Amino acid sequence: MASKNNTDIKSLVIRVCVGTGGLAAGSQEVIDEFTKLLKKKGVRAEVLKKCVNKTGCRGFCAKDVLADVIVDGISHTYQLLTAENVARIVEEHIVGGEPVEQWLVGPEYHAFHDKQTKILLHECGHIDPEDINAYTEIGGYNGARKALTMKPENIIAQIKDSGLRGRGGAGFPTGLKWEFCRNADSDQKYIICNADEGDPGAFMDRSIIEGNPHSVIEGMIISGYAIGASFGYIYIRAEYPLAIERLKIALSEARSNGFLGKGIFNSDFDFELKIKEGAGAFICGEETALIASIEGKRGMPRSKPPFPAHKGLLGKPTVINNVETLATLPSIMTKGAKWFSSIGTEKSKGTKVFALTGKIKNTGLIEVPMGISLKEIIYDIGGGMEKKNRTLKAVQTGGPSGGCIPAANIDMPVDYESLAAAGSMMGSGGMVVMDDLTCMVDMSKFFLTFTANESCGKCVPCRVGTKRMLEILTRITEGKGKSSDIDLLLELGKDIKLASLCGLGQSAPNPVLSTLHYFRDEYEAHINEGICPAGVCKSLRRYTVSDEACKMCGKCKTVCPSDAVTWEKKQKAVISKEKCIKCGACYEACPFNAIL
Amino acid sequence: MAGLATSLGAGAATNSLAQMPDIDTIFLFGSNPTEAHPIVSLYLKKALKKGAKLIVGDPRKTWMAKRADVWLNLKPGSNIAMMNGLAHVILKNGWENKSFIGQRTEGFEEFKVQAAKYDLNKVVKLTGVKKEDIIEAARLYADAGKAMIVYGLGVTEHQTGTENAMAMSNLALLCGHIGRPSTGIMALRGQNNVQGASDLGPLPATLPGYQSVTSEAVRKKFGDAWNVEISSQIGKKSVEMLEEACHGKFKGIFILGEDPAQTDPNVHEVRKALKSLDFLVVQDIFHTETTKFADVILPGASFAEKDGTFTNGERRVQRIRKAVEPVAGMAEWQVICKLANYMGYPMNYNHPSEVMDEIASLVPIYGGISYDRLENETLQWPCPTKDHPGTTTMYTDIFARPGGLAKFMVLDHKGPGEVASKDFPLTLVTGRIREHYNNGSMTRRVPGIMELVPEELVEINPADAKKLNISNGDMVNISSVRGKIKARAKVTNRSQAGNVFMTFHFEDALTNILTSEHKDPITGTPEYKACAVKIEK
Amino acid sequence: MSDNTINIKMNGVAVQCGLEDTILTASKKAGIRIPTLCHDDRLEPYGGCRLCIVEVNGGMRPLPACTTPVAEGMEIRTETEDVRKIRKSVIALLLSNHPNDCMRCESTGDCTLQDLSYEYEVDGSQYEGEKCELPVRDDNPFITFEPTKCILCGRCVRICNEVVMAGTIDFNGRGFDTIPDTAFGKPRSLDNCEFCGQCVSTCPTGALTDKKARGKGRAHEMKKVRTTCSYCGTGCNFDLNVKDGEVVKVTSAYDAPVNHGNLCVKGRYGYDFIHSDERITTPLIKKGNKYIEATWDEALEYCARRFSDIIKKHGKETVGGFSSSRCSNEENFLLSKFVRTVFKTNNVDNCARV
Repeated sequence: MASKNNTDIKSLVIRVCVGTGGLAAGSQEVIDEFTKLLKKKGVRAEVLKKCVNKTGCRGFCAKDVLADVIVDGISHTYQLLTAENVARIVEEHIVGGEPVEQWLVGPEYHAFHDKQTKILLHECGHIDPEDINAYTEIGGYNGARKALTMKPENIIAQIKDSGLRGRGGAGFPTGLKWEFCRNADSDQKYIICNADEGDPGAFMDRSIIEGNPHSVIEGMIISGYAIGASFGYIYIRAEYPLAIERLKIALSEARSNGFLGKGIFNSDFDFELKIKEGAGAFICGEETALIASIEGKRGMPRSKPPFPAHKGLLGKPTVINNVETLATLPSIMTKGAKWFSSIGTEKSKGTKVFALTGKIKNTGLIEVPMGISLKEIIYDIGGGMEKKNRTLKAVQTGGPSGGCIPAANIDMPVDYESLAAAGSMMGSGGMVVMDDLTCMVDMSKFFLTFTANESCGKCVPCRVGTKRMLEILTRITEGKGKSSDIDLLLELGKDIKLASLCGLGQSAPNPVLSTLHYFRDEYEAHINEGICPAGVCKSLRRYTVSDEACKMCGKCKTVCPSDAVTWEKKQKAVISKEKCIKCGACYEACPFNAIL
Repeated sequence: MAGLATSLGAGAATNSLAQMPDIDTIFLFGSNPTEAHPIVSLYLKKALKKGAKLIVGDPRKTWMAKRADVWLNLKPGSNIAMMNGLAHVILKNGWENKSFIGQRTEGFEEFKVQAAKYDLNKVVKLTGVKKEDIIEAARLYADAGKAMIVYGLGVTEHQTGTENAMAMSNLALLCGHIGRPSTGIMALRGQNNVQGASDLGPLPATLPGYQSVTSEAVRKKFGDAWNVEISSQIGKKSVEMLEEACHGKFKGIFILGEDPAQTDPNVHEVRKALKSLDFLVVQDIFHTETTKFADVILPGASFAEKDGTFTNGERRVQRIRKAVEPVAGMAEWQVICKLANYMGYPMNYNHPSEVMDEIASLVPIYGGISYDRLENETLQWPCPTKDHPGTTTMYTDIFARPGGLAKFMVLDHKGPGEVASKDFPLTLVTGRIREHYNNGSMTRRVPGIMELVPEELVEINPADAKKLNISNGDMVNISSVRGKIKARAKVTNRSQAGNVFMTFHFEDALTNILTSEHKDPITGTPEYKACAVKIEK
Repeated sequence: MSDNTINIKMNGVAVQCGLEDTILTASKKAGIRIPTLCHDDRLEPYGGCRLCIVEVNGGMRPLPACTTPVAEGMEIRTETEDVRKIRKSVIALLLSNHPNDCMRCESTGDCTLQDLSYEYEVDGSQYEGEKCELPVRDDNPFITFEPTKCILCGRCVRICNEVVMAGTIDFNGRGFDTIPDTAFGKPRSLDNCEFCGQCVSTCPTGALTDKKARGKGRAHEMKKVRTTCSYCGTGCNFDLNVKDGEVVKVTSAYDAPVNHGNLCVKGRYGYDFIHSDERITTPLIKKGNKYIEATWDEALEYCARRFSDIIKKHGKETVGGFSSSRCSNEENFLLSKFVRTVFKTNNVDNCARV
């Protein structure tokens, strides 16, 4: 522990983020550099691999690589590290005892964390996800151990009391789902972990698995025992290679520790888990399609009822829980239902992880108590809008299944009921913040393009209906909208929601319907006036320079790729309609909002 | 069907096809239903989907064999040894159904003694099947709640065909797997009306309805109805008539819709016989190998050109209906009547329904069947009276034998009539493919089918093909001691090493030139399923 | 209420159903028609077309009748305004991706989509947009596939995989571009297809048709004659479709006791022999090495004379008859009777053992 040069150091721990995001930012190089230099200096240190996700463990996707340098228990966190920075940190901080101030994280780092309540993400970033001992040392698997001493009925009762609801999107009470399955009569039952996270921009589940895979395995043991399933599958998309790798390590460690296999934890309960890699079809996140996929069939959903709890995998009663739901279970088992239900609102208990993205300063992965207001998330945790001169327009939650909440409503609490009442949904945890430069028609088109592409093709409303809605939206954004289009969208959207077979189709129109509800004037502007108020829809743009606002700086001319701007020093700029390719570069570049 | 008739009382399938999806263990033997009985295979597939266990006894690795829980890949002609071996395992483990045996069968003690002789070492040697597979098959069959034996011509087309069928009955009786829904023995019939043709009397020893010509009462019943005296002398089987013809002792035959010169084995002999006849009348819809020998050829009417009934393999009597006029103006039933009248016997019916009414009056198992009923109902015989609903499951209470008990038969392995030798080292198994039918006279006239399967293919195992330096698609000569034909080779492991497979659908590759003269002495059924051949490039 | 029955109300009428009933099967018992495109009794319930949706009391949304099991006390309404409106919308969406060329379609008059668009008074004009433009596939002897007419009900795919287990076709692609196809889009051949035509038999539109019968007449022109197949001993029923004295097609008899509409390649497509020009059309008498055409009377009189002569000369035991398991029961009975009454022997046999 002690170095030759600095005998004062008793312990040194360096924690470097190695989630997918961290690795992409170069965390492996940082680790290598630390290891190399410390060896050279003769400093012995633990350079731990640390769980992190795309945003870094603390939620700063922009600030990776993040690393804690903990000298004798005093931690300093560096941001935006590269291998080149390491030498100076070793020299000045570790050897010299003086942290490199300019690279340390700033106050927004702490603000980002203060309003969060970390249950699931608590260990992510603190423990080595590839070492089971790191998990057991902090009490890991005690939840499962305790559960196995209980009667399954009592576990179910405890989960029901906790008020835990499914984190995959629909928010069905977890205990109730288990009870249905528990009560179904069958020789074989299954528990499935749904790790087929597919919403664009969502990475909650991946982060949990990458950061703390054992919490998911422990959750599956608890639920498997509760419902009477001796076998489980983890259905995870193949695009998550790191998460799969860590899961595999975790499964093998759990097996050799006697936490999986025959008579786990020395009980008479057998439990085994298998990883099933999905091929990245969004629809396979739908539970019946997921089951079909595991069965080796094309991932297509089927009608419910019968529900999987009665007739699931291979026709046997099956519970499918989302990663987040499962990872919550160990703490409910150890800390109790009361503790859990003390967090959150009356009907929505506990915490929820969100992937906070969009036009916001602190994008990243956050875990907040249910009932927190959108405002707190956006302004306290998220640090407000990304660009100072932009204003908040709306927040989109629930991904392609969700809807938009306009800026005027951001005082509303984030819980299942409130979001649904606002025409959106909790979803799996995507949260996109939009500013005034976002065109709501274009945004709806984006989400609908996604759902139309990902529709499995089984039922007519979803297969053809979303296609037709998309075509209508496309023509609106191209300036070819008809006055009847809004009614057509409303009608079609309603029918698709009512008649579609599965959740994908039933929620596919939400982005359109909610924006039609809150931002109908934008649609009308596109159709009736041929204007995209946000200036996003290319076909509708006509860029002109405001004589009043133009300060004759010439920035627009420098960025114009098509030589459409005429400008001379001390003259106002003029944009040629003929040459303009409507790329919007001038609009973005103008510091005075003089381009209209 | 003499085998089932001897053991159980009637030569017919014991259950309905529709019961098949509920079977727990299917024992499919000598049958390739996905090719030869595609719609029956759909029922079996349904059972498999519902989780039924499957045992397949077949030298070929068929679609079903590939999916079987146990594939008994026995040597052609070792059926009896196989069945006795299974019985041996069942008895040794005490898996037999003692109460069923006690209450509903006879001859068990003798059978037990015989089965004891078939220890596994002996059976493995005779059949070539692995010991574990035999034990597992016995367990799966004996253990099942509802077990059904489904067999095809791989059982009957052997010189021991009748005994093979009896051996299957023995197994069913041993486990009490008969007389309940989805539990019994289903014989899959090769041709559309095999069952009806057996039921209704063109048989030398029985009058219509399996009523023996040796019974005076029966002869009187028919004699009175037909206003003649019925001969009490058992008639000659077709093979016997042909044999006698070869020796000049048989003179005249009326052949209705058959093609023995192509489909009978050892067709050289058949042709010689036909040539030797003084007078041969053949009625058929097409010119066949047989019509070449006819003195008079009469045009037949296809099934689309006449009214009538067929009885399918599950004893169901169903209508055929005239859709178009007979091409030559008359259907067979009219021709027979007219010929009878010319020969001085008045035979007059206005419609086939009147023939059915006469059948009902003379044949008890058809007693309740009429065209009127068939318009609204579907009936499986026995249907003795007008208010009888027909019978889906036979032998629920008693067997159709005297005394009502089924009989265990003591059977010994005999092997095929001809075995592979140094000169003819391969065993030829014949059968059907899905696209063609029998002598091919119908299917070869379907252009689309000919586009798919234009010619005979001889299936040969890759190991044998390698030895003989034969590649897929090569034209090869196949010869037996009786003759030689040419066909294209299809190299596939569907046939096991040592066995080759051919169909008999093509007149330019007359497979039955090769097949042997051996036949079942009881029924006269030829041994199509095993003969020794060699293949050369 | 007994343990094995479930009592529901459908359009206000009490209906007693079994434990295994779905709303759709129960509706059939009650004599209430619920429209559907993707259901075939031979197949597992699918729930894809959404036409059979009905309102169930207490339900958040309408439910598909075909997949929803009945439950005690359910109150179902099958023809509410809302439900009819959704059905209209679904039909309109289907027609928006359909050629709507019924006037020249092979399946006119035998097309559920056509019937429903008539019944619900929907035409193809409500939604414009992209349509499927894939070319016709008929690179095989029996089955023509017009992808533009496919409504993705999945019946062909399911019958091929669930019932026949042939695995010839499955869905390819996703979303709007989904289409049933063979693996790698290869032409159907014996390598990948049994040519049972089951897919054709279950197709509710003109997407899959019998290639041989195309252009030979449409449903309303056909006389359908129910009969029993003359190939193997299974005893499948089907309908011979006759136009102008010619059998031009075989169609499934869905209520057939043995095969329920299922057929194999021979049963469905092996009928050409009926009108083959190689049929024997007149009696032929051999004179020397030649066969001379004769009338029935000439031929039968000649046969009678020859048989009588042999019997007179050599005795009745030298003549006999072979009958065929290809012939009808009545013919077999008559031949048996003929040999016994005319030849007066028992020398009669058939090929029943083969």
